Amino acid sequence: MIGIVDYGSGNIQAILNIYKRLKLETFIIMEPQDISMATKLILPGVGAFDEAMGKLNKSGLRDSLDEAVLQNGVPVMGICVGMQIMADSSEEGALKGLGWISGSVERFDTTGMNIVPKLPHMGWNDISTSEHPIFDGVDKKIGFYFLHSYFFKADKKDHVIATSIYNHKFDCAINKKNIFGFQFHPEKSHSNGIRLFKNFSEMLQC
Amino acid sequence: MLRSRVIPCLLLHNKGLVKTVKFKDPKYVGDPINAVKIFNEKEADELMFLDIGASTARTEPDYALIKKIANECRMPLCYGGGVKSVEQAQKIIKLGVEKVALSSVVFDRPEIINEIASVIGRQSVVVVIDIKKNIFGKYEIYKHNGKIKVKQGLDKTLSILEEIGIGELVVNSIDNDGEMKGYDIHLADHVRNLVSCPLTILGGASSQENILNLIDRFKVIGAAAGSLFVFKGVYRAVLINYLDKDYREKTFKIACEKKN
Repeated sequence: MIGIVDYGSGNIQAILNIYKRLKLETFIIMEPQDISMATKLILPGVGAFDEAMGKLNKSGLRDSLDEAVLQNGVPVMGICVGMQIMADSSEEGALKGLGWISGSVERFDTTGMNIVPKLPHMGWNDISTSEHPIFDGVDKKIGFYFLHSYFFKADKKDHVIATSIYNHKFDCAINKKNIFGFQFHPEKSHSNGIRLFKNFSEMLQC
Repeated sequence: MLRSRVIPCLLLHNKGLVKTVKFKDPKYVGDPINAVKIFNEKEADELMFLDIGASTARTEPDYALIKKIANECRMPLCYGGGVKSVEQAQKIIKLGVEKVALSSVVFDRPEIINEIASVIGRQSVVVVIDIKKNIFGKYEIYKHNGKIKVKQGLDKTLSILEEIGIGELVVNSIDNDGEMKGYDIHLADHVRNLVSCPLTILGGASSQENILNLIDRFKVIGAAAGSLFVFKGVYRAVLINYLDKDYREKTFKIACEKKN
């Protein structure tokens, strides 16, 4: 079953709706003991880095999450701030991230932009991807819906599976073994998003 | 590259979908859930629902209806109408809505923006301002469906919003509403110069070409439309529609050509 981590951040309902439509079973994780029942994990997130990280720290879920993801290899998918907190740190906050994929979260460089608004980066943007099965059937030109001012900068190029451009190129999807992170909102990105959720449900434990 | 957002703006009234002209004569145009299903199929960029009865007649937003809409909606969703408190905004976000639009409350109590932003995130706080030209051609703000004039001037209001910081501003022209004679470009220019947040223009969209021209002018903008996406033809027959493939391609092209 796909477990969606409810630590008080992010749009859980939209994700539940998509999996319901795909006829795949999901459940909401609110207690540490729920995590062992999940064969896949989804980590949503909106708002500021410290706010999300603070909520996750307080939720009591962290140790069990670390164990499932780092030791048991349960596939996990972070969305938006849920992806950013997988980094070591963020320019936006003082708290430490989960440190699952080495990298830091940085604010967009808006130098030289002559459009208004400069930030947030909001709307639909196309993506360039590597040949990863998570993107099977995704229309890269249509891309995904984004809403953010900070992005994940992975330390290792190998961990980047998609990039997009907003004033400059930035990493918009990352992957290390069983760990996936997406800066955009697949839960609000029509058929591309549904496809991504479906592909993720087919990823194997490793 | 980032594309402009083309947004159907749908009006709710007594659980049904309506369309007005100059904020008057709401005409029933169908069932909101059915409209969401069609915009899912058309893969619209975003959807905006404004409940035009909520602020004047009711005290609470219709949560049951909002939930049904959010459950069906596979694109970013904005809801406005009757939202006056942090609790209401939070409740709406929890139903699966991305953005909450405020209007009348902002003119009386602008600090509500920060209160709501601290709970749902600033990017999710949208302000809608309804604007009408007076006989001297001066822009004035109205609230409660265009019924009550707001004393505070447009420029002053924009500077307050700019200082507080909001996720998005929707500028709605009462004069052009439902007329399908084109956007008020002068108003759009005026507002764009005074605020730096994401901006969406609503009121008067006459054609897909009109939307394209607006996008071409601002490069990154929200182009919202009501009548254009619910009516078809000179007799205004109800037919939910969206940008066709040809025009979508053209918006892609503008995004690629623009210089950031």
